[in-house]
This record gives sequence, C-alpha cells and structure tokens, in this order.
Amino acid sequence: MASIDISNVSKTYPGASAPSVSDINLSIRDGEFIVLVGPSGCGKSTLLRMVAGLEDITGGEVRIGDRLVNGVDPADRDIAMVFQNYALYPHMTVRENMAYGLKNRRTPPTEIATRVAEAARMLELGPYLDRKPRALSGGQRQRVAMGRAVVRQPAAFLFDEPLSNLDAKLRVSMRGEIRRLQKRLGTTSLYVTHDQLEAMTLADRLVVLNAGRIEQVGAPLDIYHTPASTFVASFIGSPAMNLLDAEIRGTRLHIGGADLPLGVNTAAQGQVTAGVRAEDLYLAADGLPFRVDFIEELGAQRLVHGHVEGQPLTLAVAPDVALSDAVHLAIRAGALHLFDTASGKRLPASGTGARPARATEEMAGATARPLL
Amino acid sequence: MNRVRPFDHFVLILGTLFMVLPVAVAVMTSTHTAVEIHSHGLFLTPGGHGAETYATVLTRQGGFTGQVTGTRMMMNSLILGIGFAVGKIVLSMAAAYALVYFRFRFASFLFWIIFTTLLLPLEVRIMPSYQVMSDLGLLNSYTGLIVPLLASATGTFYFRQFFKSVPDELLEAARIDGAGPFKFLIDVLIPLSRTMMAAIFIIMFVYGWNQYLWPMLMTTEERFFTLMRGIKQILQVWVGSQIPDYNEAFALAILALAPPVLVVVVFQRWFIKGLTESDK
Amino acid sequence: MSMGPAFRIDDPAKAPMTDVTQPTGAARPRRKPRRPAEPAKRVQFDRPLLPWLFLLPQLAVIFVFFYWPSAQAITSSFYLEDPFGFGASFVGLDNYRDALGSAEYRRIAGFTTLFTALVTALSLGLGLLFAVKADKVIRGRSTYRTALISVYAVAPPVAGLMGMMLFDQHIGPFVTLAAQFGWNMQVGINYWDTAFAMILVSVWKQVPYNFIFFLSGLQGIPASVREAAVIDCKNGFTRFRTAILPLLAPTAFFLLIINITYALFDTFAVIDVMVKDKPANNPITLVYKVYNDGFRGNDIGGSAAQSVILMVVVLGLTLVQFRWLERRVHYG
Repeated sequence: MASIDISNVSKTYPGASAPSVSDINLSIRDGEFIVLVGPSGCGKSTLLRMVAGLEDITGGEVRIGDRLVNGVDPADRDIAMVFQNYALYPHMTVRENMAYGLKNRRTPPTEIATRVAEAARMLELGPYLDRKPRALSGGQRQRVAMGRAVVRQPAAFLFDEPLSNLDAKLRVSMRGEIRRLQKRLGTTSLYVTHDQLEAMTLADRLVVLNAGRIEQVGAPLDIYHTPASTFVASFIGSPAMNLLDAEIRGTRLHIGGADLPLGVNTAAQGQVTAGVRAEDLYLAADGLPFRVDFIEELGAQRLVHGHVEGQPLTLAVAPDVALSDAVHLAIRAGALHLFDTASGKRLPASGTGARPARATEEMAGATARPLL
Repeated sequence: MNRVRPFDHFVLILGTLFMVLPVAVAVMTSTHTAVEIHSHGLFLTPGGHGAETYATVLTRQGGFTGQVTGTRMMMNSLILGIGFAVGKIVLSMAAAYALVYFRFRFASFLFWIIFTTLLLPLEVRIMPSYQVMSDLGLLNSYTGLIVPLLASATGTFYFRQFFKSVPDELLEAARIDGAGPFKFLIDVLIPLSRTMMAAIFIIMFVYGWNQYLWPMLMTTEERFFTLMRGIKQILQVWVGSQIPDYNEAFALAILALAPPVLVVVVFQRWFIKGLTESDK
Repeated sequence: MSMGPAFRIDDPAKAPMTDVTQPTGAARPRRKPRRPAEPAKRVQFDRPLLPWLFLLPQLAVIFVFFYWPSAQAITSSFYLEDPFGFGASFVGLDNYRDALGSAEYRRIAGFTTLFTALVTALSLGLGLLFAVKADKVIRGRSTYRTALISVYAVAPPVAGLMGMMLFDQHIGPFVTLAAQFGWNMQVGINYWDTAFAMILVSVWKQVPYNFIFFLSGLQGIPASVREAAVIDCKNGFTRFRTAILPLLAPTAFFLLIINITYALFDTFAVIDVMVKDKPANNPITLVYKVYNDGFRGNDIGGSAAQSVILMVVVLGLTLVQFRWLERRVHYG
C-alpha cells in the first residue's frame, strides 16, 4: 500500500521534437483508484509506463510511497501491471503464470501456494489453475492477468487498458469485478483507458489528458458537471456536450438569429462557446429554432439530432415525447456552460444565482438521465 | 464456385508422377543386380537383391585407402547435418536475441554487418574460403566442415523475425516479474520458440546434409567423406567400367536422400510453417 | 540447395506468427526507407556487455569465414599468382579484362543466362500450376501435397545422379523414349543433349520449393476476396489472372530472385555430377568455371576476378529486390 507522487514529470522520446508528456503533477493517495483518460496519443499510457519503470523518465520525479523510483528497475518498484493483451506466458499454466514473479523473488514455495490459491479463489480461477492460457476464454485470461497482479501484493496496481480486448458485455462485468477487487484489497490503482464510460464508472478521481498535458483532475461527476474546457466537455459524457458558437450581449445569449436569456451570471461579453448537455435542453414554445434530422431510439430515451441556426445539436428526450420536424428548445436554468472561444477554457460564472451543476441533476430527476 | 474438374486431378497426377517417379524408379531398381539392370534397364517392380546391395554399400570398405564405408559416410553426413543445424540454432538465436532485446550502441551497424552475409553465397568466395581453411589448418576436420557454413545470417534472420513478432508486453511483464536477460531467455523466450526451433532445425538439417561443394573441397581424407562426396566418388569409378554398379549407385542415392526426405515429409507442417512464415 | 544464398529482407507483408496468446493489437512497425532503425522492442535490456557476448560467436564466424575470404577474393582478383607459388604481382584490371574478353567466358556466360532463364521459368511455372491445382482439389489434397513437397529434400548431387541414370546411354528410359522420335540422345557427349538433361534435373529439384511458397501464398488469400472475384468475374481463367495472380505477385517476385540464385549457384552440384569432371565439350555455368579455373586450372587471380563479377551480379539482383520491396511498401 502506498501513495504515488508524480511531480513535474515529462517524457520526450529521442529524436522527437515535442514532448509526449509534459510537466505532469499528480498526487495519488494510498488506496485511491485513479483513472487516466484521453484520446489515443494523449500520453496516458506513457505516463503509466513511466510509473511502471518501462519508460525512462526524462524530466521530473516519480515516488511510490516515500521512495524515489526514477532509476529503479520495474521489478523493484513493488508494482504489478495488467496489460491490454494480458501478456500471459503462453507456455506456462495459469498457476505458473501467477507464481512466476513470486518465484523470481524467492518467495517460499508454501507462501506462493497460499497466495495463488487465495487469488484463484477470489477470481474464481480454481478449476483452471492447470490449464494453459490458450485453453481459456478472453475473460478468463483477463482474470489470470489480474491474479498475477494480486498474488504479488504490490504497493500499486497499474492497468493499461485491460478491458479493450473484451467484448462489450464482458467489459461491463469485468469492470465491476475490477472495482470490487480494488475496493476489497484497498490497493492504490492507476488505470489507463480511452473509454470515458469506463473511466467514469471506475474512478475515485479522473485525470483527463490531452496532448501530453492534464486538462482536468477531479471526481467523475464534478468533471461531468463542470468540465474545465471544451476538450473535457466533448470527451466526457455521451452524447458529447453540444458546443455552439454564441455571443453574450448583456444578459442575453445570441446563437445565430436566436436570442435567449443567459440563465447564469458572468462577466464575459462577446464571442463565447456555449456548452449544453443533450439532457439539459427541453421543448419550449419559443427559444432556439431546432430542425430535426434524425432520431436515435435508445429505449429509455431518444436522442434527436438536428441543427440550430446551422450548427449541429443533439437533444435527449423521454421516449414518449411527440416531435415535429421543427421545434423550439430552451436551456434548463443554470445548465449553460460557457467557454472562451479561443482557448477553450471554462469561463467563470461568478456571482451567479444558478445552483451548482450537480443540483440541476437532482431537480431534473424526471427527465432522462444522461447516458454515460 | 470453383468447381473441381477431372482435369485438375489429371494435372496433379501428372505432376506427382513427374516428381515421385524418378525416386520410385531409383528405389525399385536398387533392389536388382547390376547385370539385370544392364540387360533390362530400369525397374518399377521390386527385385530380390535389395538386402545384399544395401549391405554391400553400407559395409564395403571402398575408396583408395579402404577407410570409408557407406555407414561411415552416412555418419559423417549425419554429423554435418546435425552439427550444422545445432550450431546454426545456437549462434543465430543468441545473435538475434542481442539484436532484438538489447539497447546498445552499434546495434544497427552490427545488424548490417550480419545481414550483408545474406547477399553472397559461399560459391562465389569458394577459393579464398578454402585458402583460409587451409591457413587455419582446418582441412579434413569436422570443425572445418561445419563452422564455415555457419557464416551466413539465414538463421539469425529467422529468429529475429520471430522475436519481433513476440508481443512486447511479454518482456515487460517478465521484467515486472523480476526476470533478467538470462531468466527471460531461458524461462520465456526459448520455451516460446520451440516450434520455431524445430522448423529451423529441419530446414538446416536438410541444408547441412545436402552440402556438396564445400565438403568436397574440405575433405581429401576419405574418412571424412559424406554421402554426397560418395556419390561423386561412385561416378568417378563408374567411368570406364564395363557394367557399372548401377544398383549400388542407386542404393547410395537412396541412402543419401532418404533421411532428409523422411524428415521433411514427417514434419511437413512445422517445416512449411518455418519456411514460409519466416523465409520471406 | 534452395535456401543457400538468401535475399530475405524484412517482408512488410508478413503477418506475425500466432502461437503466442494474443497478437499485439497494433501491426508491426512498417519498414520505412531512410529512417534510423527504431528499436525492435519498446522495452529493451540495457546492459553494456551482454549483447556483445551473445553476438560474439556469430560475429567471429562471419568475420573469419565471410569477410576475410570475401576481401581476399577482391584483393587477389587484382593479382596474377605465380603458378609455382612464388608470390604474386599486381596486374590491375587485367584479370577482369581477360575474363570478360575471352570468347570462352562469353560463351559460358551466354549459356548461364539461357540456363538460368529456362530453369527459373519452368520451375516457377510448374510450381505455380501444381499449387493452383492442389489449392483447388479437396479429395487427395494432402497426398498430392506430400508427393509434391517430398523432393524438396533431395540434394542436387543426388538429383544429378538420378538424372544420369535416367539419361544413361544403356539403361536410361529417356534415351529410349527419345529414340522413338528419332532423337539420338547422347547425354554427356552431345552439348545440347547434356544441357537438356541438366535443365530438366534442375527444374525437377526446384519445383517443390516454388510449390510450397505458391501454395501458402494462395492459402493466404482471404476467402472473401475469392468470393468477391467469383461474383465479379465468370470466367475462371480470367478471374485467376486478374484477381488471384496480382495477389501472388509478392510471392512470385520473391521466388523469382530465389530461383535465379538457385539456377546460378545451387545447381553447381547437378552440373558437376552430370559433366563427370569433363567440362570440355559440356555445357557449364559461370560458377562451375570459377571452381574449375581456381582448383583445376590454378588460375587464382582469374578465378577471383570471375568471383567478383558474380558478386556484382548477385548484389545487383539484391538491389533490384530492395528497390522493388520499398516500392511495394507504398502501395502494399
């Protein structure tokens, strides 16, 4: 059990002109489950691999517990890693796979047997201990890979997109299993994924990365409700937050020819990017003129795709709501997000009378819940 | 769809006859006496003298010094085939391991040094190679027979390709599991390469067994003669004789082709896999 | 032997082997021309001495038995060796001039070209034909395959010996057969008759190799592509020519180079056995001449110069292959 401290960490590959990861600062508390999320190439895997010791750290420091591990061999960092393709040794049985790392550490054989048995019980791998990986299904292999990490009783688990090779259904159940296991063992975990849904459901805290930098760190719902930038807004949540070119004039928001009340207090004036979640829009007698293009039926709700003043927009409504081709939309009070058009950063909505974003959620309980 | 027509089978049967008939004729004819062959020609039916012909070829002390028997030549061929195959696997696996799994200076330079050897076959440098062997005093020795043939990168190339196809994560997992270079090689990579090693062993065994020019130059002493050298010998004796020992020539040919052919036929799958998946 | 001189370079089309649990999601990094070699693995061991230790045996063998003799071949091609072994004198390009200027050399070069062209074309053609048919039939498939592959392992001298028997003046069935058509075949005596036998034996020996590669190439063509071709094209032969053959082109090109080197070098044993040490009136190839001039004629310099000429030919072929492969990377 240990905390992990990442301070000013950078990575520049030899011959590369720009760093792949730059100036990352992150403190992970003991027992915390941190998810690194971002699009491919954002540096999340590189960061994880630097913590594991599989990549050299070109700048900054990584500490596991109180120990500086920059120059420490991966084997001596007291971590365990679960890989996307499992990386099981194909010629070893499940038992040998789990025991290999312990054997190399000269753990006494009785101790190895106990730990393997315990992990097998926990992961329901008992019947498969003497099989080779190729005789196992994808989900079982994934569990063996986790078992291999568990038996080590490491200070931290590192997960590198461990569920990407599984089909959708298995992914959901394995997600639950990982979370349960981590809660039970209380081991500090660092988890990399490009799947925002996986990130939201697993994380104690979420780290959104973009182009080698941290965009935002926070609890999943905080990030969902107060995205720090247009990047985070469009990356976290499904459907993605609607982002519209807009202009603030006084307390009115102009989108194209439409003109509606701002609903929040802000010092900002002029051109902005207005963000609004699909579920924070509702049908109104007048407001934003919305032309429907097509409808996706999801059962619990329907997603309506269309245009507002030439800009694409998605709206979530309950399945029983009747729609015509052209309707008008209003934005729930306080649910409007404002971003600086040039930098994409969130604009402070200071002195606002609007409630914190989370309250919106509770009050709008009757409407469809966001599809994470 | 692709319907199979009788014509397809016809072509394949013709092809099979073209490939296999000469060997079948050689096998059958080798069981007849030289006189029968001389008067009748080649046979497609078995005769009654196979045992004695093969016994003669295997045990008669032939050559000028009387030092060489068929058995001896067979053993030498076996030594050459196995020695070459084992040497090739050990050398090239070690070299490929260094090239793929280590970060060190000059790695790509050494890569080119080694892979340039793929460009020039032994035949074009045969004279100076012979000279070098003679200078080193390695003529008429098993070392001289085997080691110079190892001076090409075919095996290294196969293993390098194979190692590159092994998922990177296996090494990463092994390093986290505390395995160093030797442990990783012995615990993970060698067990993983078993099929590959078997395939390369077959290919190299056939290659070594079938060597002709190099053994011919390297071995002037008859006790080092391989079967291929024996074939040259039997033809030299042949010239000028009244009724050549056709039967013995065929028997020798069968002895020379049977082991590699059997190995290839029996281990067909491995062999084809090894050849086509790594040879390109 | 068919795998002697190899021109194998990183084949970008090669699929990774599959006997490890999971393939790495991403494809292997493509070989891009003119780019510093990227490390073969994301993570590598960092030990200063160990890799040298692993490489040492291979490097030692290569230096002693490849680079040293190759260098000597080049050096001695510029010298005239005294026949009695009393030193050598530098003669510049004389050996090359002598070789290229001699009518005999040019005649042998001409024959070598013809021989190479015929052996390559015939063994490629037959290998492809058998592979296409074997790929098609279902009944008896593995029998045909085994039969067609088995000869791969027959050594060239053994093939030569069997050829000698089949073309023997007294017992050879081919001679009898030819006589039926009024062809008085005299292998070993008549130049072109010997050439005919040599070519036939050399082709026979090489067909299995081509068969193996063509068959595995054909089996690598996805069923969906074949099905699409069946829908798009009715005529079986046109379909093969327009849809299947282009997909075999990489295999065919690889085999072309291998076959040329086979015909140039690996047929040495066939020729040596079939001319029975009497090259005077018999067709021989350039490699045989290198050997003959060097070991029999004791013309060290001349033999070395011929070696170097052959090296240049081989290097040229290799460069062609490299260029072609690089080009293939772009549209492949």
